[in-house]
Amino acid sequence: MYFIEHHIHVASRTTDDLEALARMGCLAVVEPAFWMGYDRSGPQSFFDYFRQLTEWEPKRVAGCGMQHYCWIGFNAKEAENVALGREVIALIPQFIERSNVLGVGEIGLNKNTPNEVLTLLALFDMALKHNQQILIHTPHLADKYQGTRMILDVLRADRRVNPRRVCIDHCEEHTIRPVLDDGYWAGITLYPTTKATPERAADMVEIYGTERILVSCSADWGPSRPTALGDFMAVMRRRGHSDSVIRKIVYDNPLEFLRQSHHFKLQEPV
Amino acid sequence: MSLPTSAAAVLDREFLTIRAKLIEIAAALDRVDRGEGSVADDARLDQIRRSLEILASSHPNRAERIQMLFSLPYDEHWTSRFGINP
Repeated sequence: MYFIEHHIHVASRTTDDLEALARMGCLAVVEPAFWMGYDRSGPQSFFDYFRQLTEWEPKRVAGCGMQHYCWIGFNAKEAENVALGREVIALIPQFIERSNVLGVGEIGLNKNTPNEVLTLLALFDMALKHNQQILIHTPHLADKYQGTRMILDVLRADRRVNPRRVCIDHCEEHTIRPVLDDGYWAGITLYPTTKATPERAADMVEIYGTERILVSCSADWGPSRPTALGDFMAVMRRRGHSDSVIRKIVYDNPLEFLRQSHHFKLQEPV
Repeated sequence: MSLPTSAAAVLDREFLTIRAKLIEIAAALDRVDRGEGSVADDARLDQIRRSLEILASSHPNRAERIQMLFSLPYDEHWTSRFGINP
């Protein structure tokens, strides 16, 4: 079955991983800008990272037979540094018109601090002024519920926000309902020990249905599996779900969400 | 969306997995007991005990309720506390 991997940190993965995805039927990968595992020394590091996401990684991915798209943003972990945030946010507009950029992301909260909120407000404002789609990162573990509710509060307060053009990612059992209730796309990400497993992702699809739900591997530099979406599809099939239901989650839904950006031009197989 | 299988079929499919995970939890707690010193006052142990009570209950949404048990509370007046007007 063909699918779109709508959240994977390609810069942290090997070409072998990408070739495995292509062999599984992946047509396109989408890479959000994120925290690379260390705090960067200044805005120039981000400039080079954004170039990597818009110049080098598309070539590497194309070499494996897939398309590469990305989101440009300032991650929640480094967002505690408000001054650095201002400098990085000033860099973003020059990248968002590049041909593989789908919007601003992943941005959000990490420890739910006042500084993180200030940076997030500035990022939302920049994204909305440039009519961009938004991909939102929600916090980890104990901070997730509180942070997700705070993000929803901030979005609700801004009348410019169109929920259908926003994905709130890393949803779990206790956060997916308010995200869907407010009209946003809900992302579920698959990890071995944190966030969701393929089995729990399938449970959430069974409970909440297939509308506005996206599932991805979100594979990065930590413990994660770039082929986890295949595990999710296998679980769904083992439980007796039809190919059309599985395809809706792994292909139709990401296509519907991502093609709201005029840069997303999926080359579908003939 | 309804499940394409019956409750009995789901239990048949999941029983060995549930059994294995419960034994893993029991063994991990035994391992904590065998360690030197005491963690009896550690709040995480209380969270684990309370989550096991949720597991043993017959009410639905166990996964969501256990997630909430391990979550920090949400304060709907956080914007005032932060002095932020979004």
